[in-house]
Amino acid sequence: MDWSSNSYSLTITAIIGGSIVLALLGAFFGLLYRGIDRKLAAHMQGRIGPPIIQPFRDIRKLLAKESIIPDDGLSWLFQACPFIGLVVSILLLTYIPVFGQGALLEGYGDLILILYLLIIPSLALVIGGFASGSPFATVGAQREMVIMMSYEFPLAVAIIAIAWRISYVTDINPFIFSTVAQYPIWNQVGPMGVVGSLALLFTLLVVTPGEVAKVPFDIAEAETEIAGGLLVEYSGRNLALFYLADTIRAFAMVSLVVALFFPYNLSPLIGIGATAPTVIVDSLFFLLKVFLVMFISVILIRTAMARFKISQASYIYIMAMTLIGLVGLILIHVDMIV
Amino acid sequence: MKNKEMETTYTIPVGPIHPALKEPIRLDLKVDGEEIIDVDVAMGQVHRGIEWLGMNRNNPIQNIYLAERVCGICNICHPFAYIMAVEQAAGITPPERAEYIRVVIAEMERIHSHLLWAGVAAHEIGFDSVFYLVWRVREKIMDLIEYVTGNRVTKAMFQIGGVRRDITEEQFPQIRKTLDYYKTIFKQLKTVFLDDRTIRMRTKNVGVLKTEDALKLLACGPTGRASGVTKDVRQDQAYGAYADLDIKAITPDIITGTIVGDVYDRIIVRLLEVKQSIEIIEHCLDEMPPGATLIEPKMAKLLKTLKTAEGKGVGRAEAPRGEVIHYVRLEAGRETLATWKIRAPTYLNLMSIPTILKGGQIADVPIVFASIDPCMSCTNRAVVIDRKTNKKSIMTYEKLHQLSVEKTRRLSNGLVE
Repeated sequence: MDWSSNSYSLTITAIIGGSIVLALLGAFFGLLYRGIDRKLAAHMQGRIGPPIIQPFRDIRKLLAKESIIPDDGLSWLFQACPFIGLVVSILLLTYIPVFGQGALLEGYGDLILILYLLIIPSLALVIGGFASGSPFATVGAQREMVIMMSYEFPLAVAIIAIAWRISYVTDINPFIFSTVAQYPIWNQVGPMGVVGSLALLFTLLVVTPGEVAKVPFDIAEAETEIAGGLLVEYSGRNLALFYLADTIRAFAMVSLVVALFFPYNLSPLIGIGATAPTVIVDSLFFLLKVFLVMFISVILIRTAMARFKISQASYIYIMAMTLIGLVGLILIHVDMIV
Repeated sequence: MKNKEMETTYTIPVGPIHPALKEPIRLDLKVDGEEIIDVDVAMGQVHRGIEWLGMNRNNPIQNIYLAERVCGICNICHPFAYIMAVEQAAGITPPERAEYIRVVIAEMERIHSHLLWAGVAAHEIGFDSVFYLVWRVREKIMDLIEYVTGNRVTKAMFQIGGVRRDITEEQFPQIRKTLDYYKTIFKQLKTVFLDDRTIRMRTKNVGVLKTEDALKLLACGPTGRASGVTKDVRQDQAYGAYADLDIKAITPDIITGTIVGDVYDRIIVRLLEVKQSIEIIEHCLDEMPPGATLIEPKMAKLLKTLKTAEGKGVGRAEAPRGEVIHYVRLEAGRETLATWKIRAPTYLNLMSIPTILKGGQIADVPIVFASIDPCMSCTNRAVVIDRKTNKKSIMTYEKLHQLSVEKTRRLSNGLVE
């Protein structure tokens, strides 16, 4: 296996241009999905809810407002963290295949890199929280660290289990998305493997609300307990950047689930050949897949549950989810032997 | 060098303004990580001088409307206790029908208050869906209250010597319809609150108040009953039409078989009390005696009676939060009350707060604090403000004791102020 050589080559302009387009698309659809999420959750709770474009208005309003920096805070770090969070969230999008196309930086980084990149926006939140010098933000930052450490393992188990299984089918680097897309996990496994894959999918679906900080795992922000936690001192432009980073990260995280488990495209099925219609059909199909995953793992869960305590959330991730992930891993493996 | 223990603990101020609090109060939490080591409660953020107004500006009838505004949620139990105190002081007996109407309105208030609380509690643990659901259900009783009294919140139903509005036979079917609605959805509410996994995870064995602690700390109302203290003014010192009814204090062991005294038990008690209230209202409608609703419809005449009356009275009522007491003293020839003293249930229940929060997690604070159903505006009456320095302070026990000793000495010398 020679994983080191790659035939990919990108010009600087393509990288910069592509990143800007991805950032804009990610921000647009991230905010749109946030709006849909709020509207649907409101309807499930018997409310009318805000208009779908409300998140866009929120961003515009926040950008127009004053950014207050607390006197007790560490000013430069406090202001740097929102930027770090946003930049890394956009960077995530360039490594994850979106809109039915390959990832922009395909071949320059793999699933392992994504595991690391996923941590950085949360870390930016934690550091920003500590830098703000408020006791509420400190408690929030501690909680965010605990929850980060808790969901990291089941997340890694799920991703590695898939790559491991694919590595038996092909000689190409299994940690690259194009390989995952080429050999979808469901096509490779027998009945027992399907059960194992479902367990892994379930693990990822439960990790997602933790990653995007939604009820029942919004413990680090917990409005009624610690008044917004990490973000309590953030306002104006800094808060807008975190808000944007949060929506893009949510979009990227759900895209990751889609890329790992549902890397199918519609165009080969219905036999479209031309480039333009293919892109449109695949993009729409991708948006539908993202919506479905988001609906199950974010909207449904958050309307049906109360917020956990940090000890309970940590237990669920470290014990229950890791166990389910490992069972999935073993099942996939046993499936190959049988 | 700093002590190692000192470094790991720090103080989190909850309040006076905080999303977990619906009214201003301050809790200083000393925490170590997530664990709460110590709690200090600082009251006195919403002092409004209501008793002063009652003793210096308003006549006893105007005071009914003031009593209603002691608290927006308990706007029946405060005037209820107040008029009972005045009636006792002036020697007035209300007609029997009025007693029944009073009880009906008071129980409607209990239903709405408990449902309001249930919604708030769900919100405190981040379960907003249940919060919206319960408040939607609560709208039915609010509509009924408006239908019967003409207003959703401050109802102005009470009058010294009776009630201001009758509940007529034509209104009975509508009342029964709403009560039937609550009876049909009661099972659903019970499932949501008692069987939901996440609610159980957040409320079981959280904020435990043991029976002996509840007795020691004078917990009253649902907070006390959830800890197994079978105190209920409606049962112990039945007032109004409650004397005709057979009321038993509700304890959580009716459902679970044991008394733990945690937040979950407080949910059970309040849920069952909603059911109990429905039964009480139905019974009152069945048994409502005919007759007048007011002994003296002419207000000027009533005022004259009160002005010439001399005496003191105590009114005790079971508010949704516990026992509320009004003490009233009338002096002949005086327009206003000579003395008016209010003791709201939250004042007692706040005593339990440090005990039930200690050892818990920060995440428990909102739900545990909400579980006693605190009502600050009822509670705050003693704040000392130094006008020269504009400094606010609260009387300590020692200072109050010293002042009482001084006053007694002065009185023993015959110097009556």
